[in-house]
Amino acid sequence: MEKLNNIIDKIKEKHVDAIEDTADSFGDVVLTIARKNIHDVLVDLKDAGFDLLLDIAGVDALNLGRKERFEVVYNLYSLSQDLRLRLRVNVPEDDMNLPSATDLWESANWAEREAYDMFGFNFEGHPNLARILCHREFVGHALRKDYPVMKGQWATGTADLRPDLENE
Amino acid sequence: MGVKGIPISKHESGVITTRTDELLRWGRKNSLWPLPFGTACCAIEFMGVVSSPFDISRFGAELVRFSPRQSDLMIVAGTINYKIGPVLKRIYDQMCEPKYVISMGACACSGGFYDNYAAIQGIDQIIPVDVFIPGCPPRPDAILNALVKLQEKIDQEPQRGPRHITREHGKTE
Repeated sequence: MEKLNNIIDKIKEKHVDAIEDTADSFGDVVLTIARKNIHDVLVDLKDAGFDLLLDIAGVDALNLGRKERFEVVYNLYSLSQDLRLRLRVNVPEDDMNLPSATDLWESANWAEREAYDMFGFNFEGHPNLARILCHREFVGHALRKDYPVMKGQWATGTADLRPDLENE
Repeated sequence: MGVKGIPISKHESGVITTRTDELLRWGRKNSLWPLPFGTACCAIEFMGVVSSPFDISRFGAELVRFSPRQSDLMIVAGTINYKIGPVLKRIYDQMCEPKYVISMGACACSGGFYDNYAAIQGIDQIIPVDVFIPGCPPRPDAILNALVKLQEKIDQEPQRGPRHITREHGKTE
């Protein structure tokens, strides 16, 4: 815990006002980071030993009465120091851009594609921000709270699985 | 003397006579070559049916082929979602007539408990199904029972031409 507090203190010193909120979730520290600072904070956290990006999740707080509708959650882990840290970034509905973390962790590639597929976040700088779970002809984003959960959409081709047959 | 299921008349000279379609039906139903389209846990159950404790070869259907060109019975075992739907249809189309489909388990039959945007609510919306097996997953006995039901169905079928799909694929409701 002391190690983690030292890391967080350094972030606070370097990026003033970047940490909007600090919370505890089942013993893990959860930081809410300003969107404009998120990439710089991630760079410094990786340098501080967080060598593993476990997952990137999205949250749609449509009916929760929050200021911003969406939220992106980064789950970080340090293999060498056995530390866990969770970062939350608030994302407004009318401007869903945020920087990609693919330049830091390879695992961000598919995680960001999933978050894009399900919620529609635009990760700027991602090498291939295509849908990963739903098929290419899917319209909308399935995990948004205003998407009708039982509304299926037919796919007409197998291009998702065989891109080489796409023009067949 | 005779082969079970075929009306045969035996002549003194050693020549047996029967009807061509009867003979074909008899051969067809006792040598179904299954193609497992396994996408989920039902496919694991299907492995149990093929292996010796249940032994699907007692019913002549042990020769599992993984090429649609070589098989005439497609066993759809598992959840079929909208993304894999066109693949299922394509593989079904690649099978040669006569061809049969067994829909195995709740997911393939009706979407199961995946009543959501991702899962197709029953594969009969894409391809024609001969026998549905309920269960999540079905017991091996139920799969063997489905095979016997299909054999009975083949036994009774008239001379058949190519079948048509029940619904044009790719259309939304």
